[in-house]
Amino acid sequence: MKKAQMKFMMLITGLLASSMAAAEYGLNLRKGVTDFSETAYEMHTFTLWICIVIGVLVFGAMIVSIFAHRKSKGYKPEQFSHSTVAEVIWTVIPILILVVIAIPATKALIQMENPTDEQGKRMKMDMTIKVTGYQWKWKYDYMDEGISFLSTLAQEHNIARQKGSGIDVNTIENYLLEVDKPLVIPVDTNIRFLLTADDVIHAWWVPDFGWKRDAIPGYINEAWTNVKTPGTYRGQCAELCGKDHGFMPIVVEAVSKAEYARWVADQKGEQAVEAEMVQTEWTKAQLMDKGEEVFNAQCATCHQATGAGMPPAFPALAGSEFVNGPAADQINLVLNGKAGTAMQAFGNILSDTDIAAAITYTRNSFGNTAGDVVQPATVKSMKQ
Amino acid sequence: MSEASKDQYYVPHLAQWPIVGSIGLTVTFLGAIQALNSETSITPWMMFVGIGILLWMMFGWFGDVIKESEEKLYNTQVDTSFRMGMIWFIFSEVMFFAAFFGALFYARTFSVPWLGGEGTGLATNEVLYPGYEGVWPTNGPGELNGRFEIIDPYHLPLVNTMLLLASSVTITIAHHALRANQRSQTIFWLIATVVLGAVFIFFQAEEYVLAYQEFNLKLNSGIYGSTFFMLTGFHGFHVTLGAIMIAIITVRVIKGHFKPESHFGFEAVAWYWHFVDVVWLGLFIFVYIL
Amino acid sequence: MSQDITPNEMNHAEVAHGHDHHDHDHKPKGFVKRWLMTTNHKDIGTLYLIFAFAMFIIGGAMAMIIRLELFQPGLQFVEPDFFNQMTTMHALIMVFGAVMPAFVGLANWMIPLMIGAPDMALPRMNNWSFWILPFAFTMLLSTLFMPGGAPAGGWTMYPPLVLQGGHNVGFLVFAVHMMGISSIMGAINVIATIMNMRAPNVGYLNMPLFVWTWLITAFLLIAVMPVLAGAVTMLLTDRYFDTSFFSAAGGGDPVLFQHIFWFFGHPEVYIMILPAFGIVSEIIPTFARKPLFGYVSMVYATAAIAFLSFIVWAHHMFSVGMPLGGELYFMYATMMIAVPTGVKIFNWVATMWKGSMTFETPMLFSLAFVILFTIGGFSGVMMALAPVDLQYHDTYFIVAHFHYVLVTGAVFGIIAGAYYWLPKWSGHMYNERLGKIHFWWSTISVNVLFFPQHFLGLAGMPRRIPDYSTQFAEFNMWSSIGGFAFGLAQVFFIYVVWKTVKGGEKATAEVWPGAKGLEWTVPSPAPHHTFEEFGPVDLDKMAHGKDH
Ligand code: HEA
Ligand code: HEA
Ligand code: HEC
Ligand code: CUA
Ligand SMILES: [Cu+2]
Repeated sequence: MKKAQMKFMMLITGLLASSMAAAEYGLNLRKGVTDFSETAYEMHTFTLWICIVIGVLVFGAMIVSIFAHRKSKGYKPEQFSHSTVAEVIWTVIPILILVVIAIPATKALIQMENPTDEQGKRMKMDMTIKVTGYQWKWKYDYMDEGISFLSTLAQEHNIARQKGSGIDVNTIENYLLEVDKPLVIPVDTNIRFLLTADDVIHAWWVPDFGWKRDAIPGYINEAWTNVKTPGTYRGQCAELCGKDHGFMPIVVEAVSKAEYARWVADQKGEQAVEAEMVQTEWTKAQLMDKGEEVFNAQCATCHQATGAGMPPAFPALAGSEFVNGPAADQINLVLNGKAGTAMQAFGNILSDTDIAAAITYTRNSFGNTAGDVVQPATVKSMKQ
Repeated sequence: MSEASKDQYYVPHLAQWPIVGSIGLTVTFLGAIQALNSETSITPWMMFVGIGILLWMMFGWFGDVIKESEEKLYNTQVDTSFRMGMIWFIFSEVMFFAAFFGALFYARTFSVPWLGGEGTGLATNEVLYPGYEGVWPTNGPGELNGRFEIIDPYHLPLVNTMLLLASSVTITIAHHALRANQRSQTIFWLIATVVLGAVFIFFQAEEYVLAYQEFNLKLNSGIYGSTFFMLTGFHGFHVTLGAIMIAIITVRVIKGHFKPESHFGFEAVAWYWHFVDVVWLGLFIFVYIL
Repeated sequence: MSQDITPNEMNHAEVAHGHDHHDHDHKPKGFVKRWLMTTNHKDIGTLYLIFAFAMFIIGGAMAMIIRLELFQPGLQFVEPDFFNQMTTMHALIMVFGAVMPAFVGLANWMIPLMIGAPDMALPRMNNWSFWILPFAFTMLLSTLFMPGGAPAGGWTMYPPLVLQGGHNVGFLVFAVHMMGISSIMGAINVIATIMNMRAPNVGYLNMPLFVWTWLITAFLLIAVMPVLAGAVTMLLTDRYFDTSFFSAAGGGDPVLFQHIFWFFGHPEVYIMILPAFGIVSEIIPTFARKPLFGYVSMVYATAAIAFLSFIVWAHHMFSVGMPLGGELYFMYATMMIAVPTGVKIFNWVATMWKGSMTFETPMLFSLAFVILFTIGGFSGVMMALAPVDLQYHDTYFIVAHFHYVLVTGAVFGIIAGAYYWLPKWSGHMYNERLGKIHFWWSTISVNVLFFPQHFLGLAGMPRRIPDYSTQFAEFNMWSSIGGFAFGLAQVFFIYVVWKTVKGGEKATAEVWPGAKGLEWTVPSPAPHHTFEEFGPVDLDKMAHGKDH
């Protein structure tokens, strides 16, 4: 009884808090920060108003009729049942209205698919980012810079979102819309996105940019944007992609060009360090530490932080014969994944160090006793 | 409509077969699922039990209909209902094949060229499949199941085309004979049709063996193998059914069923056979030749 | 309201031309014979309606789980995978188990009565069409209790995701096959009945609109259910036999599935609304006491909608990366559907205009239908604009759209029809006061349920997610509250129907004074057999009998 009351109180407080949070946004589509999103916003508003006007007319006529032409008022029914004039009018007018709506829509669509600049020349793209969807994270490749990284739901959010986590999600800022490593882009730059996926269909969507586009395994879709104002823009995967579809957010930081250049330099530095580390010999403790981090971020969505998995869909690693078996087989599996299942080919996703660490971790945790250590260099050599 | 008979429309009173059919269907499908899902390959015995129940249902059901028909319980209006039922059923079959033809056309005009870099597929090809050409026939950029050859349309398939076209002619002759009440002629031409159908199926089987053993063309040979075997396979299945149906009406003619002026069962089967024939022409052109 | 119903003195026998009805109530005795082996269109109609309602409750219960989990942010009740199972099964059950069978049930009951036919054209097959369904849904629902659970890839079954479903793929595919077989046979029966079984003097342009809309719906069904069967068959072979229809590595394309699915799926949504258009077109003239406005243009509009429905499918796929030309084409084609649909809306309003309206429950549901369906249609037209749909797509804006057309459209249409014809089926008048309570309760709560979802979608909430950012909390809460209230209203509906079937004021043959249509010429409850002898009917009793 007491417990139930507590729960009820928590519920009410939760509701109050959430209604306060809700005050932050309007009821309408957002204008966004690109030309395209503004066009979409304007067309949305325009069409909405047209619909409202038609609605007022149609429902108005109905309501007048309902109130005036009712039997209880003694209204005698007329018996007309045709009027060619009326029928022609209400066929032609909607057609005209639709034509009026279709014109700007056509223009906007062409600008999205075949962008041209003010002179009508095909718009030049300044940089290309490849976006790959995985269950349930995004990978970004800066094609011109050679930078690439994964972006997953931030750990704090991931813990809080578990059922029965006991954490009040209202206390978490941008709940479910935060990632460990955001996509960074420069403003005032034409950015071409190449979207694809590695397992199932995902969709990359940042509402402030005005579009979403499917990331389809085996195909590449193109889209582009040019962000005018610096800021942090949040979005989500928008195509059902399995159990954690609701938990693969997108965060884009649009920064000035100078800041972007600095960021790129930093990334390159980090990657050089990474490359270095592959060559070095790691201690078991180092690998286990790193491994835990990688495992919780990359593997735990399926195999659970406890290694118990979620059979039958996702096998347990704890006590698995396979994991306690030869290391080479496991490296092979994690590198190449298993076709037709959710187990991805992590060779394209994670660094050799991360893979080595994760594997070492699984072989020496959850009661597993393989005991051995997998070195990054081994993983690297097995890649070929 | 207007010249409909004044008799009562015959409404059968107890339908025991449908529920048997439902059970049969369920058992068949459950059996299929069980076999598909088992890790070790097991014989789909349950599926066969289901098919057995379905066959029992069909014999019983059609038997009832035939009995009622021979007892002259059906007036022309009932006959028209049957005809409409058959026509719309065939239409639904057409749409079923349309889905597979649609898949074939889509693969040939869109997905394969895109993978090869045409149109919107430029980036796809450059980034994911550099060097992949995207020409039909193909087993895709993954070259699934390795190199394969395709069936030459002007050998077995051409023969099969001739066979089926001939069988359409023979069944039409049989029909004319039935209308002229020349029963032995009818029987002869019906048997000829069944034989042509059977030879067709035999050649088709031959072709599959050839494809699997000589050409390395298999169901899992990428999109070409998928569309090839699914289209020809479903067609072959329909030919088989059609041939069985013709065999059955042959027996019925021998038993003395059907009147020159009323023989819906015969006509239904003939329509079905023509439909199967037309589908084949589509296959011959779009799967084999083009 | 019911006071102004005058007992109907007319003897139906004069319509059925000398045909007498005294002894013909020979219903088969015994439960199994009566229900399992029936060939009677009324019994089969009843079975369909009961089945549909049971499925509505099950699908609704799943919707309640969805709304419960979404009541507030954070995962409280179910795991994400189970949530997806609920979303998927909710939709499959509502679409294939509730709405479609309910319409077939109404068709079974009413079409023979409306055109003066003794029964459906193929009575035995009619029985089979129905009796496949319980098996199909048992098979589908059984997956909920298996390891790995039910299908969780959405009712749209997109590969490759759906193929990750493990063992349930086979169950899903074969259950869909069975539903398809059932629908196709049902539709063939409807077409054959309408084309072949009309009383000799009933022409096509004398037919009630419900019959017309069903004729066209049946055509749609026969045309697209096999396409769905083809699509799921390809899923099956991709899953179990290594074909590559939907995999790029072999030269296929996941998007190919979407094209085939929506070639079925878009006509499918009109399958779920056209019969409702028909029902409303029967009800509004009755309670406006005025002939339906623009009968012929209603027929043409229905046909036009059906035609257009075949050529607009890819408006569900604006974000898959079609070539520009395709996107433009599908945008234009989709927008055009607003024109014939508009014609229907305007005709209904014109039918009310200068009528003499009363507001019995069926009429109330019909009026709500006209308004709320139009709202759903408006959001449809907005989504038809491809560049803006890149924002709307896969958000709650779409969820709001399709529940307006499906719940306040299709389901309200069915409920309106149920109240309208219940006295004919049961022989009793339902309680008008309870009916009105049901109406207001449903209509208010359904708007609380679905209207806020427009805002959620515009604010950026994707669909098919079990948990959401806290900014979406408030509207979700409202939506859930509306959902629970709407669910309870339907429990109340069960009570109203039950009460009517068990007893209540005796209904006259005409039921609604001045109502036109042959169904009002036979006694209430309609005897087991009607119009047994094939003969002309009194066209004066038909709404459009003398019009053309
Ligand atoms: C009964 C079912 C039903 C009906 C009738 C409709 C009717 C329409 N639908 Fe809807 N739709 C669905 C069920 C239905 N839909 C479902 C289930 C989905 C989602 C599927 C899924 O993804 O799971 C969907 C999704 C859907 C999409 C895809 C959105 C997306 O996923 O991105 C689109 C896009 O174009 C669309 C458009 C339309 C249009 C233009 C109509 C038109 O027919 C509406 C026409 C009606 C009117 C416009 C109102 C009356 C007209 C007037 C008063 C005349 C004047 C008006 C004007 C000139 C504007 N629908
Ligand atoms: C005809 C079709 C139909 C109908 C009638 C409904 C009816 C309802 N739908 Fe449905 N819905 C779909 C078709 C339909 N839906 C489709 C196609 C989808 C898309 C699926 C997908 O994305 O793949 C969908 C998805 C969908 C979602 C989105 C899920 C997601 O994206 O994750 C939601 C969320 O609110 C929802 C809610 C509801 C509710 C509350 C009702 C209510 O109207 C239901 C009311 C009925 C009852 C409640 C039953 C009666 C009462 C009881 C069972 C007693 C118990 C009552 C209480 C405890 C109060 N539906
Ligand atoms: C999207 C879900 C998902 C993620 C993320 C994932 N796995 Fe898996 N994993 C699977 C599935 C599904 C299988 C089962 C494949 C099969 O059917 O054989 C599997 C199998 C395995 C196995 C074999 C287990 C056995 O007993 O056969 C190992 C080892 C493994 N994964 C390790 C990892 C590691 C290490 C990571 C992270 C770097 C990881 N997985 C991330 C889904 C996932
Ligand atoms: Cu990724 Cu949804
Ligand atoms: Cu549609």
